Amino acid sequence: MNRILSVLVNNRAGVLHRVTALFLRKGFNIQNITVGSTELENQSRMTIVLSETDEVTVEQVMKQLHKQIDVLKVSDLTEEPIVARELVLLQVNSPLNSRSTLITLIDPFRARILDVGRDTVMIEAVGKPEKVDALIALLRPYGILQLARTGVTALTRDSQTTQEIARLMRSNALNL
Amino acid sequence: MDKFAVDGSSAKVASSCMMSGAQILVESLRRENVDLMFGYPGGAVLPLYDALYQCGIRHVLTRHEQGAIHMAEGYARVTGRPGVVIATSGPGATNLVTGLADAMMDSLPIVAITGQVSTEVIGTDAFQETSIIGISTPITKHNYQVRHVDELSQVIRESFHIASTGRPGPVLIDIPKNVAVSLGRLDDGGPLSLPGYQPNLEPNLLQLKRIIEGLAEAERPLLLVGAGVLHAKAHRELLQFAEVYQLPVVSTLLGLGAFPGTHPQFLGMAGMHGSYAANQALYETDFLINIGSRFDDRLTGNVRHFAPNATIVHIDIDPAEIGKNIRTHIPVVADAKRALMGLLRMGQEVKDFAQWKERVYGNKREFPFWYVPEADIIKPQAVLQQLYKLTDGDAIVVTDVGQHQMWAAQFYTFQNPDCWVTSGGLGTMGFGLPAAIGAQFGKPDKTVLAVLGDAGFQMTLQELSVVVEAKLPIKMMIVNNGSLGMVRQWQELFYNERYSESLLVSQPDYVKLADAYGIPAYRVEKASELSRVLLAAVEEPGPVLVDCRVAALENVYPMIAPGKGLHEMVGVVPL
Repeated sequence: MNRILSVLVNNRAGVLHRVTALFLRKGFNIQNITVGSTELENQSRMTIVLSETDEVTVEQVMKQLHKQIDVLKVSDLTEEPIVARELVLLQVNSPLNSRSTLITLIDPFRARILDVGRDTVMIEAVGKPEKVDALIALLRPYGILQLARTGVTALTRDSQTTQEIARLMRSNALNL
Repeated sequence: MDKFAVDGSSAKVASSCMMSGAQILVESLRRENVDLMFGYPGGAVLPLYDALYQCGIRHVLTRHEQGAIHMAEGYARVTGRPGVVIATSGPGATNLVTGLADAMMDSLPIVAITGQVSTEVIGTDAFQETSIIGISTPITKHNYQVRHVDELSQVIRESFHIASTGRPGPVLIDIPKNVAVSLGRLDDGGPLSLPGYQPNLEPNLLQLKRIIEGLAEAERPLLLVGAGVLHAKAHRELLQFAEVYQLPVVSTLLGLGAFPGTHPQFLGMAGMHGSYAANQALYETDFLINIGSRFDDRLTGNVRHFAPNATIVHIDIDPAEIGKNIRTHIPVVADAKRALMGLLRMGQEVKDFAQWKERVYGNKREFPFWYVPEADIIKPQAVLQQLYKLTDGDAIVVTDVGQHQMWAAQFYTFQNPDCWVTSGGLGTMGFGLPAAIGAQFGKPDKTVLAVLGDAGFQMTLQELSVVVEAKLPIKMMIVNNGSLGMVRQWQELFYNERYSESLLVSQPDYVKLADAYGIPAYRVEKASELSRVLLAAVEEPGPVLVDCRVAALENVYPMIAPGKGLHEMVGVVPL
C-alpha cells in the first residue's frame, strides 16, 4: 500500500536536500514528493508518497524525519480522512476527425483542454492519483506524446465534519 | 576593535557594538565558555584566525585537520563538553569529514567551524570552494551556512545547544569569508527558538511501571548498558538500580566504564569479541533492559538469535533508535539518568533470581578472557594486562581501531566512567593518537594511555608534533604485530590465509621516529622485559613511546563470526 506522509518544514534553503539526503542515506524509496508554501510564510509542506512500505520502515522514516532540526511536524495521512490531489498534463494525438470522441471521453474526468494543435491536444486533469492513472490508461491507445504529473499533495479534512460523519455512521448502524 | 580581544567580560559591552563576523565568532565562543579549540588555518579562515590571534582562547595547531577533529572528539568524550574545531574551506573542510562521521556514529558533541569562499562567488568553483554543507549533511546532527553576519551569533548558540543536548552529535557551521569581515551585532542571548528540536528527557511513567512489573515476573533479567549512560552522567543511578534489583550487567564497547568493571554483577563487554558470559546471558535472558545502547550489529550478531526469548526494554533519548534494529516491547524515550531515577523511585519487592545468577556468574568464573602466554614472545594481551596493573585501572585509555582495540576492551578493566575513548561505530583507523591528545588536553592530570596499532599510528602520527609542543605526558603504546591485524585475522579465518595487502613489509624504526620528535622511546621484544619497560614508560614524567613487538599471528578470541548468533561463539576456553 502506498503511504502518504505530510511533513511541515522550515522554509529554508537546503531543507529539501536534507530530506532527500535522509532518504538516500537510509535506503528509503520515494514514489513522489511535492513541496510548496503553506499558510505560514516561514513554513513549507512536503507531501511524500512511499510505495509498498511496511509498518516498521514507515515508523523509521517518520522518526528519522522528526530528527531533522528543520522538520516541524510529520503526519502519516494514509489512514486519515484526507483530500489528496494530483495534477497531470498530457499531450495526446488527436486528429481533427476524431477529436470530438476524445473530448467526450475525457469529460467524466472533468479534464480540460488547454492547448490545441492540428494533430494534438493538451489535456489537464486534477484528481486523486487513481483517477489520474485511469485517465492515462484511457488515453494511452491514442498515443501520448508527452506527460507530466505533479505528484500528490494532500490535506486532512475538517475534523468536525469527519467526526460528524463517523457519528452518523454509528447511529445509522442497525443494532441486530 | 582590538579592545574586545582580551577582556573576558567584553560580551556585555560587545553586544551593543558593531563587530566583524570574526569578532562575533570569538565573542560567541567565549559566551559558550570555550577555552580550547583545535584547528588549522587557511585562506578562507584568515579573518577568523586574525580575530583568534591573542584572543585568550587557546588554539591548538594540529598537523592535519583530521587530527584536529579527532582531538576534539577525545576532548569531548572525557569532558562531556563540546569539542571545537576550525578548518578552512575546500580541503580543510573535507579533511574533517571522517571525524564528523565518527562523531555522528558515536554521538559526540562537536562544533566544527569551516571557512567558505565569499557568498558572491559561491557556486563558481572558486579557489578552495567545496559544498561542505552538501557533503556533511548526512554525517552531522545539523549544519549551517551563515549567509549574513547578523545570523552568526545565534547560529553559534544554536549549534552548541544542538551539539550538546539530546543525543549529542556534531554540528558544522560554514562561514563565508565576506561574512567574517562584515560588520554586525551579537544577538541578545535570549531563549532560542527551535520548534523542530525538542528532545524528550522525561520518561513516561506508565512505561517505567511496566518495567518494574516485568522485572517482578522475570526469571532471567539482564541489564545492557551503552554510552547513553555516560552521556547522561547516570553511572551512579545505574549502579544503584543494578544493585537494588540484583541484576547482572553487560556493556557495549562504548559503554565500558559506565558500570564498574570489577563489580561482581558485571559480566563484561558483549558482542563480537565480548565475553562468553555476557553473550550467553544476552542469548538466554527473558527480560532485557537496554539503557543507552543502539543495538549495533557488532553487539547483536545475527539479530534472529539476539535475546530470542526476551521481553525487550529499550531506554534511549533518540526515539529513532527504538525498534530500528531490534523489536522492542517496552520503549522509553528519555534521558538515561531521569529514566533510572524514575525507576528507583518506584519501590518494588526485589526478587531473588538465584538460579539465573548462579548460571551467569558461573559462566563468568569459568570462561574469562584468555590467552596463552609464551616464554619469550610478547603476547599483545599481556601488554594490556600489564598496563592495567601498572595504572591501577585508573588511566584514560584511548585506542585506535583493530585487534589492539579489542584486547584493550577485554583486558583493561574500566572502573570509572569517561576513561575509555575509542572509535566504535565508524571504526576509524588513525583515531587513536589525536584522540589521546584531545583527552589529555581535557584531563591534564590523568594518565593517558594511547594504545595504538602500528598501522593506525602511521595514519595520523604527524600529530606527535602537538604532543611535543604542548608537552603532553601521553604514554603511547604501539602494539606492533607488523600487520593490519584485524584484516589479517579475517583473511586467516575466512579467506584461506590469503593475506592480501595486510602485512606491512617495511616499518619505520619507531624509536628513531620518536627521537626525531624529541620523544623518549623504548622498543621491547622479549616477554621477560615487558613489565620493566612498561613500568619505566608509565613512570616517565613526560610523553613516551613504546614499540611493543608482539606475536604477529595472534588472533582476538572469543569471537562471533559474521552472520552468526550470540550463542555461536568460537574460541571459548574454560579456565
